[in-house]
Amino acid sequence: MSYGRYKKNHPWLYHKKPPLLWWVKKWAYVRFILRELTSLGVAFYVVVLLTYVNAVSQGPEAFAVFSDWLKSPLSLGLHGIAFIFVLFHSITWFNLAPKAMVVHLGKKRIPGRIILIMNYSMWFVVTAGFFWLLTTV
Amino acid sequence: MNHANTTTTIDLEVYRYRPELETEPTFDTFTVPLRSDWVILDALNYIKDEIDGTLSYRWSCQMGVCGSCGMMANGEPILTCASFLKNYAPGPIRVEPLANFPVARDLIISMDDFMEKLNRIKPWIIVEEEKPLEEGEYLQTPEQLDEYKQFSMCINCMLCYSACPIYGMEPSFIGPAALALAQRYNLDSRDHGNQQRLDILSTDDGIWQCTFVGECSEVCPENVDPAGAIQQYKVASTNDWWKSKLMPWGNKK
Repeated sequence: MSYGRYKKNHPWLYHKKPPLLWWVKKWAYVRFILRELTSLGVAFYVVVLLTYVNAVSQGPEAFAVFSDWLKSPLSLGLHGIAFIFVLFHSITWFNLAPKAMVVHLGKKRIPGRIILIMNYSMWFVVTAGFFWLLTTV
Repeated sequence: MNHANTTTTIDLEVYRYRPELETEPTFDTFTVPLRSDWVILDALNYIKDEIDGTLSYRWSCQMGVCGSCGMMANGEPILTCASFLKNYAPGPIRVEPLANFPVARDLIISMDDFMEKLNRIKPWIIVEEEKPLEEGEYLQTPEQLDEYKQFSMCINCMLCYSACPIYGMEPSFIGPAALALAQRYNLDSRDHGNQQRLDILSTDDGIWQCTFVGECSEVCPENVDPAGAIQQYKVASTNDWWKSKLMPWGNKK
């Protein structure tokens, strides 16, 4: 009988760290990684907005250059991807909201479904507000 | 008594780790009767009684209360006393010790780390001042009970730790069950230990390590919802922080 490093009647624990691709085997973990990764879409929109503001401050020429870039196929493609990312990111986070939010009305706890409906309604109202602002003002 | 289906069998690929024999774990395949009333734990007991008496694993109540028999079946953390063989037919079923924990022997993990963390969050009712006996019990309304009851159902089976990739990668993370139990006492109207627990829970190893994967709640056999408990605690502690900054004169508990 070979004992190696093991000392009789003393535990010799076996412990292995999870591999780098621990998340690929289960859809729930893949969905989690996607939710985290799609935050890059949010970052993309922030960078675009800041660049836009910067271009405006630089004068009409810089603004025209940036506006032209926005219309380029590369920009349209990136926007398409970023939009899908942000949509996935937002929906997955919105669906988790009832777990984190405990809201009481008097003595009763408001059910998660109602919190979800309220959140989505707010999202819709704010989006509609921006849409109105962009198309009419 | 009718024991249907005793003629068919199912294979169990069982994780073996015998530190006196091997440095890396191996798998042994055992063929057991596929009885419709057998759970995985019955199959393991059959192996130990009839095929290989050296197989080591933990179990006790066989009715989903003690939380001892948690293992991985085909990669999912489950209570083996509550998982029927027939649901895995035609098999094979790969039975492994709970993921993310060090293995002591075969299907037995070392739970020292969990026990230390459980103790760290002070899982008992902390009262500022004991009432004199003649004042009677510490009463609670059904609504006050409802606030924490769900989180008190934890049986310390540690399935949630096996489902939590954060705990797998950062073993210093206090982890789902211990954090849910901290919340169980924080929400108890008789408890005054909120601040003491906050000092532990708001450290790097506490609630902020959780990235809300949510699988701890999915695998929980008692529907405790540790993920919910942790997120609710994040919201509550953020509110407290803002209150303490904006209203420093407020009475901090």
